[in-house]
Amino acid sequence: MVEFEVKAYPELWQELDMDVERFDKARQMLGNAYAAMYLSQRNRPGKMAYFDTMIAEIHGGRVQELVDAKKEGRPVVGTFCVYIPEEVVVAANGICVGLCGGSQGSIPDAEKILPRNICPMVKSAFGFKAGRICPYFQAVDFVYGETTCDAKKKTWEILDRLVPTYVMEIPQMKNKRDKALWLEEVKDFKAKVEEVSGKKISEDDLARAIKVINGKRLALQRLTRLRSHNPAPISGKDALLIEQIAFYDEPVRFAEKVNELCDELDDRVKSGHGVLPADAPRVMVSGTPMALPNWKLHHIVESAEAVIVNEESCIGTRYFKDLIDEDRKSMAEQLDVLTDRYMRIDCSCFTPNNERIDQVIKEYRQSGAQGIIHYSLQFCHTYNIEEIRIKEACQQEGIPYLSIETDYSPEDVGQLQTRVEAFLEQIRG
Amino acid sequence: MYVGIDLGSRTVKIAAWQDGELIGHQIRESSFDPHKQSLEMLAGFDPVRVVATGYGRHLAHKHFAHEMITEIKAHALGARHYFPDCRTIVDIGGQDSKVISLDEAGRVTNFQMNDKCAAGTGRFLEIMAATLGYSLDEFGPAALGSAAEASINSMCTVFAESEVISMKNRGVPPQDIAMAVHLSVVSRLVGMLNRVGYGECIVFSGGVARNPCMVKMLAMKLDGVRVVSPAHPDIVGALGAAIQAGRN
Repeated sequence: MVEFEVKAYPELWQELDMDVERFDKARQMLGNAYAAMYLSQRNRPGKMAYFDTMIAEIHGGRVQELVDAKKEGRPVVGTFCVYIPEEVVVAANGICVGLCGGSQGSIPDAEKILPRNICPMVKSAFGFKAGRICPYFQAVDFVYGETTCDAKKKTWEILDRLVPTYVMEIPQMKNKRDKALWLEEVKDFKAKVEEVSGKKISEDDLARAIKVINGKRLALQRLTRLRSHNPAPISGKDALLIEQIAFYDEPVRFAEKVNELCDELDDRVKSGHGVLPADAPRVMVSGTPMALPNWKLHHIVESAEAVIVNEESCIGTRYFKDLIDEDRKSMAEQLDVLTDRYMRIDCSCFTPNNERIDQVIKEYRQSGAQGIIHYSLQFCHTYNIEEIRIKEACQQEGIPYLSIETDYSPEDVGQLQTRVEAFLEQIRG
Repeated sequence: MYVGIDLGSRTVKIAAWQDGELIGHQIRESSFDPHKQSLEMLAGFDPVRVVATGYGRHLAHKHFAHEMITEIKAHALGARHYFPDCRTIVDIGGQDSKVISLDEAGRVTNFQMNDKCAAGTGRFLEIMAATLGYSLDEFGPAALGSAAEASINSMCTVFAESEVISMKNRGVPPQDIAMAVHLSVVSRLVGMLNRVGYGECIVFSGGVARNPCMVKMLAMKLDGVRVVSPAHPDIVGALGAAIQAGRN
């Protein structure tokens, strides 16, 4: 096996009041898992090296950047959702970081306090803070919470005891008055960020921030388009990793690195060079987000010689499919187009949510997939129930379809392997 | 000769296939070392090609099998050998129960498996039989001796076991409890069948198909449906793998 290490920064961790001894063990486990799942892949693009470094520095280099930024008075905001208007944070010269929430290891910490029958992502995230084993949680000025599901909105009340948690109300319908509510929420959030940074956000600040985040989203859109070629120039696992890193890397640098990778993938597409032969089954994944390091489903699918070509997910297209018009000059206009963009997110918290059903079918066609796996975390009620409509749409369109409900534990991996392989046999015919 | 090997959680099954016929089979406990067990079983055959299925298929493919297929595909191939028109298969295995739906040509169009626990599996029946003091062969016939409508409510193996124990302690006759256990497994199967959809004939495969109470209750709960089983329901998966070996 290839040697790989997530680098240790014990002094920095000490400074952040972490459980250093325990965290160091987690670091080694993450390194081993990464080497086994990622570095062993065949035909990896050379430009994945940057993203490997981002994992090697996930507990150090990037965290140091956050700590340094804070010392300069820049606000650092922790997030869990694509519904955060991160442009507002960037406009205040601040930093948005996606927080930890994709690992089984922190769940026992959460279950000491929270009920067991809630989704693994909420439990894992809470456990990371409770156990002081996520440097990002330790580095943020405040956590941005939202009301996209019951488990989250009630957990924020408890999390607020451990770290300041600011909650925005996400509307659940898409009528005029819902948009008006969301606009008010965005204005309040802007005031909150201004208060933390001690700086008023100007039109120019916001215009610049909109450009920066559009740049990040454009790079990710380009990556998704490249994956639609057959043979796929990059594995789904690598693409998922990039989508996960999008939530915590510096946005300008990240966009640049994704574009460099895309240049390489462009060449691969032109020369017909892929990670797997052109007859490998192509699968699209739709459903709940996969927080880092949740690589379980992708690893199972791709270990069976298939390739995942699209994620219709918050860690995926839902995060970057929509841009914000860059030509608005006044603050009122800017906030208006920003609000519009966020209202186009087709999260399952909305009702009705026909946009998502159409989007899934559209992305299926665009990605050149041959089947859809719907992925839902246990107790993620809105996605689990919306799955019924996705399934019906797939049946109607004759799309091979498999639904999976799981959590972060490895106990069902054998069973999932059987189900995924049987699904691939179905696609292969 | 082609050989299919089904490395299940409880038993290893081998089927030998030649000129469109099943010409031999073997069943043994998986034992502590299923790999060694498989090699010993294979020693009696001289196949040109081996295809593996079951939970141990990856292990077999790594060491000696030419190809592996899932239990889903294996059961589809095996069941169609016996019942060429069948469109629905129910398989109760050691740790999984499955419902498989096929198109006219025998291709898998849909399937369901139990969740990540032993509810409704062969292992569940084994544990309940042991709790009641029956051997597996006695369990089904004993249940058929009951005319009562007792029921157990818990599908979790551990909770169901404590429910069975408390029924015993209330003095409920063992055959009535046995019937309740069978009905709970059947109701779960019917739930899966309803999700997948089923035709007028269901092939019941896997060792549990030898249990007369399971077959009878399943047919009774699915009014008007014919439930059929081949002579050796345990080896349907192995046979399917052998048929696949003969295809390539």
